[in-house]
Amino acid sequence: MDQLLIPLLNGTLVAATPLIFAAIGELITERSGVLNLGVEGMMLIGAATAFGVALGGHPAWFSAGVAMLAAGLAASLFAVLALGLAVNQYAAGLALTILGSGLSALIGRHFGASSVTSIAKIHIPGLSDLPLAGSVLFGQDPLVYLALALAWLAWWFLNRTRAGLVLRAVGEAPQSARAIGYPVLRIRYLATACGGAMAGLAGAYLSLAYTPLWVDDMTAGRGWIAQALVVFATWRPGRVVLGAWLFGGVTVAQLFAQTFGLRVPTQFMSALPYLATIVVLVAISRNSQTLRLNTPLSLAQPFRPDR
Amino acid sequence: MRPRLALESITKHYGSFVANDRVSLTVAPGEIHAVLGENGAGKSTLMKIIYGAIRADAGEIFWEGRQVSIPSPGAARELGIGMVYQHFSLFETVSVVDNIALVNEGRFDRPALAVRIRELGEHYGLPVDPQRLVHDLSVGERQRVEILRCLLQKPKLLILDEPTSVLTPQAIGRLFGVLRSLAAEGCSILYISHKLEEIRQLCDGATILRGGKVVGSVKPAAASAAELAGMMVGAAVAPVTRPPAVTGAPRLAVRGLSLQPADPFGTALRDIELAVHAGEVVGIAGVSGNGQAELLDALSGEVACAADRIMLDGVPVAHLGAGARRQRGLAFVPEERLGRGAVPGMSLVENALLTGHRAGLVRRGFIDADRAAGFANRIIEGFGVRCSGARAVAASLSGGNLQKFIVGRERSLDPTVLIVSQPTWGVDVAAAAFLRQSFIDLSRQGAAVLVISEELEELLEICDRIAVLFRGRLSQALPREAISIDRLGLLMTGVDATAAVA
Amino acid sequence: MNGMYFERRAVPSRVMGLAAPVLALLAMMLCAVPMLRLAGLDPVATLRVYFLEPLSTGNGISEWLLKANPLILIGLGLTVGYRANVWNIGAEGMYTIGAILAATLALRFADGVHHWLLPAMMLAGMLGGMAWAAIPAFLKTRLNTSEILVSLMLTYVAQLLLSWLVNGPMQDPQGLNYPQTALFSESATFSPLVPGMRVNASIFITLGAVALTWLLLERSFLGFQLKVSGAAPAAARYAGFAQARLTWISLLVSGAAAGLAGMFEAAGPLGQLSPVISPGYGFAAIIVAFIGRLRPIGVVFGGLLLSLLYLGGEAAQMTLNVPAALSRSFQGLLLFCLLAADVLVEYRIRVRA
Repeated sequence: MDQLLIPLLNGTLVAATPLIFAAIGELITERSGVLNLGVEGMMLIGAATAFGVALGGHPAWFSAGVAMLAAGLAASLFAVLALGLAVNQYAAGLALTILGSGLSALIGRHFGASSVTSIAKIHIPGLSDLPLAGSVLFGQDPLVYLALALAWLAWWFLNRTRAGLVLRAVGEAPQSARAIGYPVLRIRYLATACGGAMAGLAGAYLSLAYTPLWVDDMTAGRGWIAQALVVFATWRPGRVVLGAWLFGGVTVAQLFAQTFGLRVPTQFMSALPYLATIVVLVAISRNSQTLRLNTPLSLAQPFRPDR
Repeated sequence: MRPRLALESITKHYGSFVANDRVSLTVAPGEIHAVLGENGAGKSTLMKIIYGAIRADAGEIFWEGRQVSIPSPGAARELGIGMVYQHFSLFETVSVVDNIALVNEGRFDRPALAVRIRELGEHYGLPVDPQRLVHDLSVGERQRVEILRCLLQKPKLLILDEPTSVLTPQAIGRLFGVLRSLAAEGCSILYISHKLEEIRQLCDGATILRGGKVVGSVKPAAASAAELAGMMVGAAVAPVTRPPAVTGAPRLAVRGLSLQPADPFGTALRDIELAVHAGEVVGIAGVSGNGQAELLDALSGEVACAADRIMLDGVPVAHLGAGARRQRGLAFVPEERLGRGAVPGMSLVENALLTGHRAGLVRRGFIDADRAAGFANRIIEGFGVRCSGARAVAASLSGGNLQKFIVGRERSLDPTVLIVSQPTWGVDVAAAAFLRQSFIDLSRQGAAVLVISEELEELLEICDRIAVLFRGRLSQALPREAISIDRLGLLMTGVDATAAVA
Repeated sequence: MNGMYFERRAVPSRVMGLAAPVLALLAMMLCAVPMLRLAGLDPVATLRVYFLEPLSTGNGISEWLLKANPLILIGLGLTVGYRANVWNIGAEGMYTIGAILAATLALRFADGVHHWLLPAMMLAGMLGGMAWAAIPAFLKTRLNTSEILVSLMLTYVAQLLLSWLVNGPMQDPQGLNYPQTALFSESATFSPLVPGMRVNASIFITLGAVALTWLLLERSFLGFQLKVSGAAPAAARYAGFAQARLTWISLLVSGAAAGLAGMFEAAGPLGQLSPVISPGYGFAAIIVAFIGRLRPIGVVFGGLLLSLLYLGGEAAQMTLNVPAALSRSFQGLLLFCLLAADVLVEYRIRVRA
């Protein structure tokens, strides 16, 4: 049992990391009132860009940075339509996902079977060598810790700073926010671009650390799961982390089904994360009161400031 | 003495529509100045320009003698201008402190701010608990927060946009007291309203707007209400005639209706008893937020409850949906015109179909386009709806005309019971008078009419009996002759329990 | 955007309604030029291969119609839902399940000549799609869950189900262990309209569906209810239109259309099931619905346009060594341009003097 627990915990944390990045990013976007269904596309752009840059010999942090920039730009394209032209946000987000999927495959067409050096795990002498907890708590790659730090930062930002308060106000009642003088559209642009950058970072993690190989559509729906996570977490960063751990666990579980001698077809195990997503969505949505109390009131509604 | 604020020839267009046409006015320090005009005259636009929310196309603004430009609400606040909005700009899921922090510059220090809010509230007689979430507050309390938010900035000019539409008569008196003491301290006040009596009571000077232009500048105390009304409207408005009611059987009967709200921020209904007879107009007064929306949902059929709680001509209907109730003769004009009473992006013909489909416009599942167009045209002609034809999109009509269309549609269904909510909100005076008369006429033809409104004057004008809704409880419906504004005011604050139903 | 603002038109512009898709297409091609350059491709050659070459032969036209068929059919079903603001993103999954159910029938009755088999398979396809659509419908109406995420998750599940079936229970025992089913018999396959080409009679059924959808949306009262509930849900409640019923109808209609399209592909050009039975028709159909401006006639044009993109993608793959994924980029770009152009239908742009 001991032999399985460590890899399971490690696997869970690693699998959860891209989900945390993407979901926290989308959480910020949605708290400002914008629904960006393009997370999957932005993750793919991030993954392809990061991989491409890394193949050129650049260090991981630089590759990830470029990926964040690329995805942030893609998100800004969505923002121009959804915010500047007040177009239907669902359709614009879907367009972004489709475009992102195509672009990433286009960028990735020359990658072939090359691989990049995966991001190294940290090693703290003494702590990382502790039995059991050592490698799990202190032996992950730096992005795992970054994800948790960003989640905490998001919580602090939303609840303890004025800027976060303004963001929440914009998401709840944009007309009122404008009435008292806040530039609603500018704030939403920023929030959307941030969300995009985070999705790009999630994608970069996938292609640089998770599986340092390139496969078309390597996100396999993680962007959508991250979207569902935001709803499941009722737009709270702490819950996002918990949900991501849950999904990480489910994703990794298939590797262990074999070991337990479970004769389940691989496809069924692969389907678990998607089925789990449906289950948690139902669980959180059943009580319409809870949902209504927590959803940012102006989510996905086009905002046309009167002049 | 230099005027605190002077506007010269302010002009603002929206396309071909001129909202403000060379408007000029002056406000002295410590003066309470009214801006008077009916709905659509351009008052709100003017205020938004002063407050920096929108920009004028032409004209100058002078602040304490200097010419200034006000590009944003932040700039207005810096000059010392504060604005209390008609439809508050508060954030419901956030506390009072946080709401106020949003306009407060400087360090983000919640505890210190909370202390200042308490102090200021006591000083001005506007007490409010800083930690409470805004959605928990009553409408009157929310207005206090709006005002305090402005007062914290130590304004030199305070603008109030229709502040009394959501207040009980007693609360109005208290507000006037606060405003007078502010004016005595040197703060100028711009008071936007269409309520003539209040303006005559409170204001030192008044500028009257009509169709975007200034048509007069008077001292309200010196002019009569009729004179002011005449200047506002530009023509004499015929008063509504209310022939005596000859009532018949109860067409709408509500017995013991209690309902929990679906909305977490809603009001629970408790033991509502009401009967509306054929031939009469019954009114329900009350500040919104006391259960009106919930009562309307229950009456219209959008929320179902136990069958015998609501009876239509003696038949239990409370378990039926809106469509089934319409079939039994119920018609309903909701408070929200665009988005509920009519679909903004659809033509008037299609909007006629919304509830008119029962009038033979649908055969075997298919829409009869000619009949529908005829139906819509008859409404347009019969109710004098100004529009660019039946194909015009609902969103392109003015408030008054759209309301006339909706009321016309519901009346064309020959209802036995008509329920209307806030029927003349945002509607120009002429259309409002027309609509009020049409309610009375309908009742005298034998239907039962129920009017829910915040405007006491309106109810007193058209209703035969009036009840008051307070915190989900409905008082007895008293005959018009037995009611005064003061009595209604007491009932609206829950003080007078003598009219409560046993 | 500082000097510009939008003014709502009193009546939506008919001219722009027709011009918007054309403008969008032109804009897309313009944007494609720098994109292609960046990807190291010759823009003119690529665009020519994409838009002109596929239509230059008779076989090309046949393939064009063949691919347009499922796109239009699914697009019609989605249109009904989108007008009602029911966002079915999972048409791909419903397509797959429809194909699976139709294939089950085909394989069960593989021996002999059965004239009823093809119509029965069509019914099975529709029922399969409807069953898969019933899941998000139930979850939305009873448990308040977003149909977007549920229907999308189910596409992944459907794909995995297909993979399991063709690797296991439905695998062709004489297939040399390839993950695919046996070929369908003649009774279970559509015969080509013209020998040598693949386009078959199912396109006529799709044309019939176009007419039906038009009748539903433009002339029927049910269609009116769907449109109102999409445009202003509060008005639909006010009018007494039953929301739950309309949601179910929207999802079931799009499910049936997608499932039938799946059957058309399985019983037509594919002739069997394998792990990949769709180049993303279910998702491309979303774009088709939007290009068609959510109108049945428009969906036909949208389907033809996107079919051209698919064909162009295949041709480009062969002659220019460009990945098929380029099509997806074009699709996404086209949708972006269309959404932007669409704004001009309802609004006029005004510049502040």
